[in-house]
Formats: sequence, structure tokens, C-alpha cells
Amino acid sequence: MVDMCVDLGPVRLATPLATASGTFGYGTEYMGAVDYSCLGAVTVKGIRLDAWPGNPMPRHAEVPGGMVNAIGLQGPGVGMFLNHYAPLYETAFEQTGIKPPAMIVNIWGGTVEEYAEVAHIVAGSGFSFIKAIECNVSCPNVKSGGHTFGHDPMILNRLVSTVRKDLEMPLIVKLAPNVPDITPYVKACEDGGADAISLINTIPAMVIDIERRKPAIANKTGGLSGRAIHPAAVKLVYDAHRASKLPILAMGGIYEAKDAIEFMLAGASAVALGSAIFSNPGVVREVYDGITEYCSRHGFTAVRELTGALEIDA
Amino acid sequence: MLDEKSKVIEHADRGEGYRLLALYSPQIASAAMPGQFVHVKVPALEASALRRPFSIFDADAETGTVRLLYKRVGRGTAALNAVKPGEELFMEGPLGKGFPLECTGVPLMAGGGYGVAPLYFLAKKIMALKGGVPPSPELFVGGRTKADILARNDFAALGVPVAVATNDGSDGDKGFVTVPLDRRIAALKAENEPFTLYACGPDGMLKAVADRALESGTDGWISMDRHMICGVGACYACIQKTTSGNARCCIDGPVFAAKELVW
Ligand SMILES: Cc1cc2nc3c(=O)[nH]c(=O)nc-3n(C[C@H](O)[C@H](O)[C@H](O)COP(=O)(O)OP(=O)(O)OC[C@H]3O[C@@H](n4cnc5c(N)ncnc54)[C@H](O)[C@@H]3O)c2cc1C
Ligand SMILES: Cc1cc2nc3c(=O)[nH]c(=O)nc-3n(C[C@H](O)[C@H](O)[C@H](O)COP(=O)(O)O)c2cc1C
Ligand code: FES
Repeated sequence: MVDMCVDLGPVRLATPLATASGTFGYGTEYMGAVDYSCLGAVTVKGIRLDAWPGNPMPRHAEVPGGMVNAIGLQGPGVGMFLNHYAPLYETAFEQTGIKPPAMIVNIWGGTVEEYAEVAHIVAGSGFSFIKAIECNVSCPNVKSGGHTFGHDPMILNRLVSTVRKDLEMPLIVKLAPNVPDITPYVKACEDGGADAISLINTIPAMVIDIERRKPAIANKTGGLSGRAIHPAAVKLVYDAHRASKLPILAMGGIYEAKDAIEFMLAGASAVALGSAIFSNPGVVREVYDGITEYCSRHGFTAVRELTGALEIDA
Repeated sequence: MLDEKSKVIEHADRGEGYRLLALYSPQIASAAMPGQFVHVKVPALEASALRRPFSIFDADAETGTVRLLYKRVGRGTAALNAVKPGEELFMEGPLGKGFPLECTGVPLMAGGGYGVAPLYFLAKKIMALKGGVPPSPELFVGGRTKADILARNDFAALGVPVAVATNDGSDGDKGFVTVPLDRRIAALKAENEPFTLYACGPDGMLKAVADRALESGTDGWISMDRHMICGVGACYACIQKTTSGNARCCIDGPVFAAKELVW
């Protein structure tokens, strides 16, 4: 028996597997197809203060090794989330006999203050299964002409410390991958008081329909996810792990156990599945079984021993 | 909803570019309702390929069979063409909100191309529900040319009359499906006979049928076709504008009331 329990900083998870924000709705949509007993956490779709309509259609395009999406963060707003979707998550598990995985609530906003407000509302909501807040910093700052919060270490630091102030819930900051060096961003999170970081978000991308000579997605550009981004994500996790002691929740193109194990060896404490679930909800079970098989084969008695166990020749 | 490993029983040609795929999928078959769909993992595509949505053409709880009627349009349906009886594939289903089965008056069903697929299951269920008591459903089917007129014999075997329109006039009325449909609506109105409209097909046709439902003050049920990622309501890729905001076609639909659609 392999001990599958991990600690993502102050957040204890029953398994190292989570779901990635935006790929798993509000946690209940995949019931019946995903084996929830393999999940340590689910991360819900990004929530802001008020409802948000998202982008025009079409919102995605399939590409080799994944997809490009520009959903545009459509969502119900934090009030509706807490009044409707969170209670739904609680009751959905009552009939199943399965303990609900921890819920990580992904949030975003147009200003630093909005992030802080949403985080405090969620933290004060009293749902025992909500265990952490994840800030998506890859969205435009309306006060700085649309530059994203995650692309300036000073603004990122201010965002993290403002959200962190008086927040009685663990805080994860989800970093953008398209930076020349991840180190100053990791440091900005650490100095700001984040409990953990998650990476990577999607990589900016574009698809052109050459017959129509038009962008394939109405928003023109979007974010690349899936198998294609996995090696880039492993490198960023490796760099982030060397830059600080902050625990890491890693994501980006996990389709089999090998991908998850790579992330953990590079330094991740836990990992999240995203796009792969769309093609195959059975992937959650497959990755779980593959990790336990790997641990047994390599003599690891606890999965957390994998974190940072990469061996580098001098 | 579940992701059922389904065995291919039969994979038959249905004319130019169209095929009928029968699968042994007992759990989906026993839960399926008309207008719902399945999300198919096409075996030959790479692991990261998205699933492909197909309406349930027919489901039989007793034999555990689910049948799909599909058109070859791109790389996914081309790869699906290669699956052989005995092979297994995964499909999620039954998904989405289907057609309501209670209707007032004559059920008038309009389909274009593969859009007849959910209407066959619907006609079959409505007839079973009515136990042979008239009025029985009537089908109005349109296509570019004669080869696009699908499943005519299947509907005929149910006892459903089929009126045809083709753009090139190679079969039935020349023009859109609204040509024979309008004729029938006018006749029913002249006799003060109530009717309910159902439609599945290209957007232009759907809007035309929805407009007729609104003009006539009758119920209209419209099945929308939107590109999907998850098919289960988790990703917000498949948006249809409605009077209550951006709805997800895969879970709030694919069938919408004509009066709630915003075009
Ligand atoms: C609810 C619903 C029911 C459907 N029922 C049927 C049916 O009964 N029979 C049938 O032949 N077809 C049906 N379709 C359309 C079918 O899903 C597409 O023809 C199919 O996905 C095309 O895949 P492809 O790889 O061959 O095409 P490609 O163009 O290569 O596909 C590229 C991507 O676009 C998507 N896509 C392309 N065309 C469509 C489309 N019209 N609708 C949705 N997604 C599309 C594909 O799924 C894929 O992700 C239905 C669609 C929906 C949404
Ligand atoms: C359709 C879709 C929607 C997403 N929505 C969000 C979101 O709302 N917030 C967020 O932080 N990340 C979002 N992401 C990014 C994912 O959480 C994840 O970081 C990324 O997809 C990489 O993982 P993957 O390759 O396994 O999908 C979204 C990704 C996809 C594909
Ligand atoms: S396809 Fe994902 S919400 Fe409809």
C-alpha cells in the first residue's frame, strides 16, 4: 500500500490529484464518469464578484496535441456560486458514500481590490469542503490598460499581499507561463505571503482558418492547453521549485501517470488534470493507478517522497 | 451520465457520406431520451483529440442498442468511418436536455441532413406514448440534393408520412423544407387543428421553424448544434444566446424552446 496523502503547504489532500480550473465546471458535472475517490481536490471554474458573460462563439479550436480556448471566464459571480453551486457540490456527494474531495476556489478580478473582496467572501462562506483559494493572475488589470496582473512582479506582489491580508484560508497563486524567467514571480508570491503556487496556465496561442482567412476563435487569440504544453510546464515547475520553498500544484498536459510523476520529480507536491478529462474522464483513475504502481516498483512507500526526487548529475 | 465502453454491432452505409453506427451500450440505451446525444471518443484519433457529439438516432432498452446516424465531414468522422463490428469505443451519455414528449395537436417535425437523427427516436417515442392514437407525427425533411434525404424508410416503417424538399429539386419540392411545411401548417390552420413544431438541422432552417412557432403561437422545440469541448456542462464552450443569458448547448440544451432562443 502506498500512502497517497500529500500536503500542499497547509492544505492536506487525500491524493496528489486535483482537477484544473475551467475544465471541471463547479465540481459535479463529471459525476458518473470520473472516479472521485482518486481525487484529492477539485478546482472550480474562475469566479469573480459579479456574473460575467464570457467571449463570443466560437470559443475554441482543436489543434494537434490539445486545443486553444478563449472561453473568456464566463461565470455566475461569487454570490450565485455560494448560493447554488457550492451547496450542490455538498449534496451531490451525500448519496454516493464518497467523501467530497477538497474544493479549491479559483478567483479572478479586474482590480486588486476585487480579488481581495472575492477571496474574503469565499473564505467567510463556511463551507467545510472549501480548503483553499487559487488566484488566477493571467487576466487583464482594468486599471493598467489591460496588462495582466501576472506579468509584473511588483503588481503581483501587491495583489498577493492585499489578498493575503486577514484571509483565513490558504492562498494559492496560479502563475502565467509566458515570462522570460519565472523566478521573480515566484519570489513575489512568496514575499506576498502565498501558501503555494500553481502552474501553468494556458500558453497564448492563435489558430487561423486558412479557407475563411479568419481567426478560428472569435476572440482571435486564446490559450493553448493539453499534451503539447507538458514539457514546457515541467521546465517551469523545475525552475519554480529551485527558486523557492513554496509548494507547487503542477498542471499542463497530464494524460498519463508518467506526466504526473515527471511534475512531482521536478518539484510538485500535487498535480492537476485538465484538458485530458475532456477526451477521457477515465484518465483520473488511470493516472492514480499508474502513480501507485510506479511508487511500488521504485520502493516509495509514500507518494510525497516523489516531490523533488529528481536526480541531477553534478 | 456515464462513460460506457460500447461494442460496435453494425456499421452500415446510408448513401453518399452517411453511415449508421449501431452499438451495444445497454446503460445508455436504457436511460436515453429523444433529443439527447452521446459524446464519442473516436478510437483512431490521438489521445488529446476531443470527443465528437452525435444525436441518438435510436435507442432500444431491451436489446441494449444505441444507433447513430452520421455524416462524414472532417477528420473525426473520417476516422470513425473505419471502425468495424466487434471493436469497442467509449461514449459518454445520455447527455443534454431532449425534446418534451407531451405535445398538443399534430407533431410536425422538420429535419435537415443528419438533423433527422434525433427526430426518428422522437417520432418513435411519441407514437409509443400515444399507443397508436392519432394524430401521429409527420416528417418534413430537407437537403441539398436527393442523397441528403436520410432514413426515409425508417420513418415509413414507423408509419410516419415523409414530405421532402431539395434545393436542386432532385426530390420532392424544389427549395427549402419550409415549402412543404408551410403548406401543411396552412392546411392545419384552415381546419383549426393545433400542432407542435420540432426541428433539428442547419441554423437557417432552425430559425425558420422557430419563427413559424412564434408566429403561430404554438410550441416549438429546436435542437441546436454547437461545437463542444466537454459535452457535460463543465467548460462553457458551447454557448447559445437565450432570453435568460448565455446557455450551454450541451446541458441546458441541445433542445431549446423556440421562444427562449436569441438569434
Ligand atoms: C448535439 C449535437 C448533435 C449532433 N448530432 C449529429 C448527428 O446525429 N449526426 C451527425 O452526422 N452529426 C451530428 N452532429 C455534428 C457532429 O458532431 C460533427 O459533424 C462532428 O463533430 C464533426 O467532426 P469531424 O472531426 O469530422 O469534423 P472537423 O471539422 O474536423 O472537426 C473539428 C472540430 O469541430 C467540431 N465540429 C465540427 N463540426 C461540428 C458540428 N456541426 N457540430 C459540432 N461540432 C462540430 C468537432 O467535434 C471537432 O472538435 C451533432 C452535433 C451536436 C452538437
Ligand atoms: C476550457 C478551459 C478553460 C479554462 N479556464 C480557466 C479558468 O477559468 N481559470 C484558470 O485559472 N485556468 C483556466 N484554464 C487553464 C487550466 O486550468 C490549466 O491551467 C491549463 O489548461 C493547463 O492544463 P491542461 O493542459 O491539463 O489542460 C482553462 C483551461 C481550459 C482548457
Ligand atoms: S461543451 Fe463544455 S459546457 Fe458545453
